[in-house]
Amino acid sequence: MTLPGFQPDETRRSWGRVQHGPQQIAIPQFRDDVAPLLRAARDAAMPVLGVGLGRSYGDNGLNLGAAVVDATRLDRTIAFDPVQGVLRAEAGMALGDILKLVVPRGWFLPVSPGTRFVTLGGAVANDVHGKNHHSRGTFGTWVRRIGLLRSDLGMVEVSQEQHPELFRATIGGLGLTGFILWVEFQLVPIASAWLEQENIPFGRLSDFFAIAAASEAFEHTVAWVDCTSGGKELGRGIFQRANWARDGRLAVHAERAHLALPVDLPGWALNRFILRAFNSFHYHANRFKPRRTKLHYGSALYPLDAIRNWNRLYGSRGFYQYQCVIPPVAAQDAVHELLRIIAASGMGSFLIVLKTFGSSRSPGLLSFPHEGTTLALDFANHGEETLRLMARLDEVVMSASGRLYPAKDGRIPPAIFRACYPNLDLFRHSMDPAFSSSFWQRISS
Amino acid sequence: MTEKKARRAVILGATSAMAEQIARLLAAEGARLSLVARDPHRLEAICADLTTRGAGCAIPHACDLADVENPDSLLGTLAASIGGLDAVLIFYGVLGDQQQAEHETQHLRHIVRVNFTSAAEWAIAAARALESGDSPNPVLMAIGSVAGDRGRASNYVYGAAKAGLAAIFQGLAHEYGTTRLRVVLVKSGSVITPMTDGFQRKGLTWARPEQMAAIIRKLMDRGGPIAYAPSFWRWIMLVIRSLPHSVMKRLKI
Repeated sequence: MTLPGFQPDETRRSWGRVQHGPQQIAIPQFRDDVAPLLRAARDAAMPVLGVGLGRSYGDNGLNLGAAVVDATRLDRTIAFDPVQGVLRAEAGMALGDILKLVVPRGWFLPVSPGTRFVTLGGAVANDVHGKNHHSRGTFGTWVRRIGLLRSDLGMVEVSQEQHPELFRATIGGLGLTGFILWVEFQLVPIASAWLEQENIPFGRLSDFFAIAAASEAFEHTVAWVDCTSGGKELGRGIFQRANWARDGRLAVHAERAHLALPVDLPGWALNRFILRAFNSFHYHANRFKPRRTKLHYGSALYPLDAIRNWNRLYGSRGFYQYQCVIPPVAAQDAVHELLRIIAASGMGSFLIVLKTFGSSRSPGLLSFPHEGTTLALDFANHGEETLRLMARLDEVVMSASGRLYPAKDGRIPPAIFRACYPNLDLFRHSMDPAFSSSFWQRISS
Repeated sequence: MTEKKARRAVILGATSAMAEQIARLLAAEGARLSLVARDPHRLEAICADLTTRGAGCAIPHACDLADVENPDSLLGTLAASIGGLDAVLIFYGVLGDQQQAEHETQHLRHIVRVNFTSAAEWAIAAARALESGDSPNPVLMAIGSVAGDRGRASNYVYGAAKAGLAAIFQGLAHEYGTTRLRVVLVKSGSVITPMTDGFQRKGLTWARPEQMAAIIRKLMDRGGPIAYAPSFWRWIMLVIRSLPHSVMKRLKI
């Protein structure tokens, strides 16, 4: 049975491409189209979920066997104050489209993830972070008001003052507290669209911590790590730190991708020899690059957006992303242990990132970022072997009192998720009774 | 660089997905826009957005275009609200349901009235208003369909209405051929919009509304009077028009 206003679909996958299956999809064009869709789902007792551009790696942007309402056509601005830098826009507007509007007027997103193909609603629902977490916190920290459409309460405006519990649950709430119709948030001023970046090679993990500690004055910091080298070279990498330039040039990014992967690469293409060669090459090539460069935000913040569908690199079986954060006291030892396990497994990849999170706390109940060190990397999906490896990493993370990131996940065991997020029971009170997701089904089973 | 005067455009059927995308392109150029459609709330939402995107102004006017008694006088009002008239874009239309149209006269009449009769009335009135106005390079444009190029079982009522509109535009282009007025009918292929959400979108011929808007924006300045969008549809439809009936009747297209 197809719900009125919905269409059956089997083409959508998680960004990691591991999870897929049938769903019913509706793509409303206007805000007032959404309420009848939620009503249709509720009346048929079919769980529903609002979704955006599908960049979540795991299953929190899917509702397999149930219904999704795709927000991407709800992409209008509602109000913009170019003096105060406050924007209210529909939840389906992509961060890249927001940048096209605000950059020429000297404003930027306060926080941006590593891709601009993320909707505003998705940025709130996952309380995304970026390379500037230590200086600016999470996206949710900058949200002033949210227009939330509930299946039971109708339209509700939530903020720190109005319905604060629902506001806190919605930030990082994985889209489960109702349909996010619009978001009002604060932008930050920029005096240039370019960043002055420094690249600092480091030979081992302890150097990363030393450089990170000395780089707190830089707005953006992140490190790439060679995850294939063990022993004395364990944890070598390239530290990048950047601040906005002040040259007054406010050009927006180019929309065109340099490359696109129209088909899946065969699964064997990324074998351990190629990965090892790539990682070594990348490390040594960067050692000889100029230490200081000036980069447009398009290349500095969104390098992967230049390759459309890069997620097909990992072949038709897809990939998992693993992202954890470890509190400061245990960080160095735990990250060392994680890297050791990954290097020994030979199953790492080339997108491995280390970053220090700051102490700023997000209002979000289920927000992932936490003071400490975060490690993120991809694993091509080799079935059981990959799952076993991630289970070993889970043990290290849990014994260091760390936590895992639901937007990247497709497999956390429910018990571990509950241990990571002690506010989970509080969160449940704010959920919309008609909403669910594949992630939520799995976690609450 | 010489300061170009902001373009003044009336968009009829402004809540359609393609109309909204072309309105965004015009807004980014600083155009002054008058937007007409039935639903006042949706129009308000679009106008607020266009203002942020740089429109000199975006003024909503809610009415049912197929029910307007005197298009000339309403066009005068709309033009006055944006300080004159450089372009009139006719974007409204209804796909309808072919099966239903074959069994319910009301539905058949509705498809023909919206897509042909009403659009023709507006086109003729708009051509008059544009030609007699102060614009140095006035444009009249409407969205037609490749469905009008050959009647097919799946949608010939809609196709016939769009074919009729194409003939009106050819006629207007002929009539105003020696004036400044450009008259362009855009024969649109399949576009991914709410109008076609129930369709199986297989193959490479489906275009996104943003792509269509970019093509249409160019056609406002050159091309026509009959233009295919995207342009490869010219060749597809050449083949389809040339198929002999003995072949056509065996095809499910």
